[in-house]
Amino acid sequence: MDWDLVWSSFGPLITGAVTGTIPLTLASFAFGLVLALVVALLRLSPNWLLAGIGRFYVSVIRGTPLLVQLFVIFYGLPSMGIKLDPWPSAIIAFSLNVGGYAAEIIRAAILSVPKGQWEAGHTIGMSRPQTLLRIILPQAARVSVPPLSNTFISLVKDTSLASLILVTELFRNAQQIAAFSQEFMALYLQAALVYWVICLVLSTAQSAVERRLDRYVAH
Amino acid sequence: MSPTNHSSSPSVLKARNLAKAFGSNTVLKDIDIDIHRGQVVALIGPSGSGKTTVLRCLNGLETPDGGTVTFGGTGVDGDSSAGLSIDFAAKVGKKDVAELRDRSAMVFQHYNLFPHMTVLKNIIEGPVQVQKRPRSEAIAEAERLLERVGLADKRDAYPFELSGGQQQRVGIVRALALKPQLLLFDEPTSALDPELVGDVLGVIKELAEEGWTMVIVTHELAFARNVADEVIFMDGGVVVERGPAAEVLRAPRQERTKLFVKRLQHDV
Repeated sequence: MDWDLVWSSFGPLITGAVTGTIPLTLASFAFGLVLALVVALLRLSPNWLLAGIGRFYVSVIRGTPLLVQLFVIFYGLPSMGIKLDPWPSAIIAFSLNVGGYAAEIIRAAILSVPKGQWEAGHTIGMSRPQTLLRIILPQAARVSVPPLSNTFISLVKDTSLASLILVTELFRNAQQIAAFSQEFMALYLQAALVYWVICLVLSTAQSAVERRLDRYVAH
Repeated sequence: MSPTNHSSSPSVLKARNLAKAFGSNTVLKDIDIDIHRGQVVALIGPSGSGKTTVLRCLNGLETPDGGTVTFGGTGVDGDSSAGLSIDFAAKVGKKDVAELRDRSAMVFQHYNLFPHMTVLKNIIEGPVQVQKRPRSEAIAEAERLLERVGLADKRDAYPFELSGGQQQRVGIVRALALKPQLLLFDEPTSALDPELVGDVLGVIKELAEEGWTMVIVTHELAFARNVADEVIFMDGGVVVERGPAAEVLRAPRQERTKLFVKRLQHDV
């Protein structure tokens, strides 16, 4: 094995993570969460049409492969006259995907807050949106951190699929160096290592967030 | 305090013919309630009799299918406000329900404090976020009320750090801070350990002496006899008997009331 090559490859891999994987993950997760909240509220709506739209969305997103969603947006849409660059395509696809999965988490978390909390909000004069925002969501947030962290960590690794629509990120850099140096094993293991380190950092962050949100619960 | 005659005081609440059914199950039928300023009304009756539903209808947590609720004009602290009348047979809008809620404040059986907020934040949430009162004023008021119920030192505690009795006293303060015309208590001591019941009943009794207008759903007959001006006994969704506390609890006229009072006193 060419150790010099291995060492010098970490540079481009980490650059790929910092300029590709991480911003792609952050942007998609942020948009995805907003979308997820909207979809969760649709699903919880007493209006059957709105609830149906939410259910349909979740069903489509969870029932089709992420790679297919990515290809539909990047390679499919141009035939309908909608041409998107790799980055916007990737962010849209990942956001839509996160939106579907996280919607179910947020919906379950909202439902896990006791009904008495809604009533207490109403009895101090709050409207439904006000109660949701100030009373219910802060409590739902605590419950949803562990499953949302799962979604987040999955997303970090799923962004490697963006290499297939030409986004320059960690894995695409690994593939290119591997192709030209023929050191496939070394480069792919190195890529795996960088993903792993990112996820380790995220797990630590998750614990910190959980500890912070647990401060108002009996231990 | 001996129960006094409040019928000459201004009317706070007049409910007529309240009716409510869940599906084919009738839970309230033809309920009339009159409450005058400073009056304490105790709602008693076996579980499932509809007494909690009455309370929840008055606070807009349930919408009656029929009947009317009329609130009189003036708040307990003297600031005048217009009257409010809602006919539940007609379509009741969000705005009506919101206005109904502004009139009263509920103290729940299971306290329902906001677990993610400190005691102080629980109390000032309504005054600051809903009533838009200045934060500093709301804090000062909350501290004064906490002092009164002996919980000044718990200002920055989270609800989970308090005993049931302390949580319920915070629940009462949260309701008081809204300065409602009418206080509603839904079995305020039923979830408490027996040794904590006294503290909470003591606070409610003081409020009665101070002249707050209250409706209390309770199983504590001795307390009702002590504090309530009027007792309403419900069973099967209807009012079976009503009258001055001493009469209804000491010498009930109706067979069902006699049985209920006897059974509860046996338990004690």
